[in-house]
Amino acid sequence: MNLKRAIRVWQRNATVYKKLYRSSLTLNFFEPMFYLLALGYGLGGFIREINGMSYIDFIAPGIVMSSGMFAACYECTYGTYVRMFYQKTFDAILATPINFNELVLGELLWGATKSLIYGTIIVFVISFFGVVQSFYIAFILPIIAICGLIFASLSLIATAIVPGIDSFNYFYTLILTPLFLFSGIFFPLDGMPEIVVKISNINPLLHLVNISRAFCYEQVSHILIYDLAIILLYGIIFVPLPFILLKKRYVL
Amino acid sequence: MAAVQGKNLVKYYKKFKALNSVTFEIKEGECFGFLGPNGAGKTTLMGMIYGFITPSEGEIEIFNQKFNKHSLSEIKKRIGVIPQDNNLDPDLNVLENLIVYARYFDINKKKATQKAIELLEFVKLDDWISINVRKLSGGMQRKLIFARGLINSPDLIMLDEPTTGLDPRSRRQIWEKIEVLKHSGKTLILTTHYMEEAEKLCDRIAMMDKGKILVIDTPENLSIKFGGNLEHVYLNMTEG
Repeated sequence: MNLKRAIRVWQRNATVYKKLYRSSLTLNFFEPMFYLLALGYGLGGFIREINGMSYIDFIAPGIVMSSGMFAACYECTYGTYVRMFYQKTFDAILATPINFNELVLGELLWGATKSLIYGTIIVFVISFFGVVQSFYIAFILPIIAICGLIFASLSLIATAIVPGIDSFNYFYTLILTPLFLFSGIFFPLDGMPEIVVKISNINPLLHLVNISRAFCYEQVSHILIYDLAIILLYGIIFVPLPFILLKKRYVL
Repeated sequence: MAAVQGKNLVKYYKKFKALNSVTFEIKEGECFGFLGPNGAGKTTLMGMIYGFITPSEGEIEIFNQKFNKHSLSEIKKRIGVIPQDNNLDPDLNVLENLIVYARYFDINKKKATQKAIELLEFVKLDDWISINVRKLSGGMQRKLIFARGLINSPDLIMLDEPTTGLDPRSRRQIWEKIEVLKHSGKTLILTTHYMEEAEKLCDRIAMMDKGKILVIDTPENLSIKFGGNLEHVYLNMTEG
C-alpha cells in the first residue's frame, strides 16, 4: 500500500468539499449548536449542577466528540456509498494507478479529517461559551482524529454490509443514537444500574468523552490511561475491517 | 510485440461462468475490437485487462507484465480507460475533472492544466472549461470522459462502447479522434454494438458469445469467410 496514492484520494474528496462546504457546514455545525443551546441553557435551567459544574459546562466537551463522531459517520456512510455506487467515483479511481486498499485508506483518512474539522469548530464554539478553561484543550485535537478514525471505520463497515442506502437508518437509529445517548455526554452514568454502567463501558464514545472532559477542565489523572487504552484498542480492531469488507462488496 | 496476452482466461461469478477459457493476443499499435451481445463477457474481459477483475483461472499479461501487488499500479499508469458509464465528478467543472484525475497519476497541477487544455481543444470542449459537468449535454460528457482517459498519455487505450447514445455528428467526431490515436501508434481496445463502427475502426475483431471467443480475424476476412457484411456475420454467429 502506498500512502501517497491514498492521499490522492483524500485530495479528491477535499477538492470537492472545498466547493460544497457551505451546504454541509450547516448540517454538521448547527446540530451541535442546537444541543448546546437547547439542552445546555434550556434543560440546564432546571439542573443545578453536575459534578460541581453547570450543565452547559458538563455537556460541552462531550458535544465536541459527538460532533466529531457524526461528521465521520455521515461522510463514510452516505458520502462513501454515493461515491461507490451512484457517482461511480470508485470505478473512475480504480482505473488509475490507485489500488483498492489505497482508495479505502483515503476514504478513512478523509472521514477522520471531517471529524477533525467539525470537532475543532465546536472547540472554538465552546470556547466562545466560556467553557474551555485550560490550554490542555490542544491535546484534544489528536483525540478527535482518533475518534474520527474509529467512527469512519465503523461507518465504512456499515457501508460494506448495508443492502441499500436506506438501510443506514438502522445504523443511525440502532447503533449511533444509543452510543450518543449513553456516552456520559448528557448525564453521568455512575448513578445508573450496574448493568447499564457495564454495557456503557464498551461504548468507545464514552471513553472519548471522558478524555475530552478531562482536557477541558484540566482534570488529568491516571484514569485517562485506561480510557486512552480502550479507544486505541477500538482503533486497532476497527480500522482493518473496512479494507476486508469493502473489498468483498466491491471488487470482483 | 504483444500489448495484451490472455491465456485460457476463466471467470466465475459464484457459479456462473462469465468467461470460458478465453485466449487472445493484441499486438502493439493495433485497434482490436470485442464484439458480442450483452452478457457475452466483454465487460468482464475489459475489467481484467485494466486489472480491476482478477481471473478465476488463466493468465493475463499487459506489455509482457503479469499483474501482481507491485506491477498493478505500474501497468495501470500506461492504460487509459474510457468507460461506458458516466463516472465524472458531478460537483466539479470540466477542467477540475481532468486535473483531479491527473493527480491520481501523479501529474502535477501545472502539467495537468497544460495537458487538459490540449485535450479539451482536441475534443472541442475548450469553450466549456469552467462549466460544471452536470450542465453538459450527454455528448459533451462522453467527450470529456474520452479526454480524461488520455490525460496520462497512455500506450494502451480501452474504449468501452465509446459512442453509445451519441448523435451521428458527435459519433463521427469521436471516430475522428480514435483515428488520430490509431495513427499515433497507440494500442486501442474497443467494444461496441455498432457494426459500422467496428468495421471502420478495428484492425481485428474478436467475436464473442456466452463467455467464449468464437473467432478472431480482420473485418474483411470475416466478411469473406462467413459471407455478407459484419452485421450478418454477427447475427449468424451469436445467439445472445
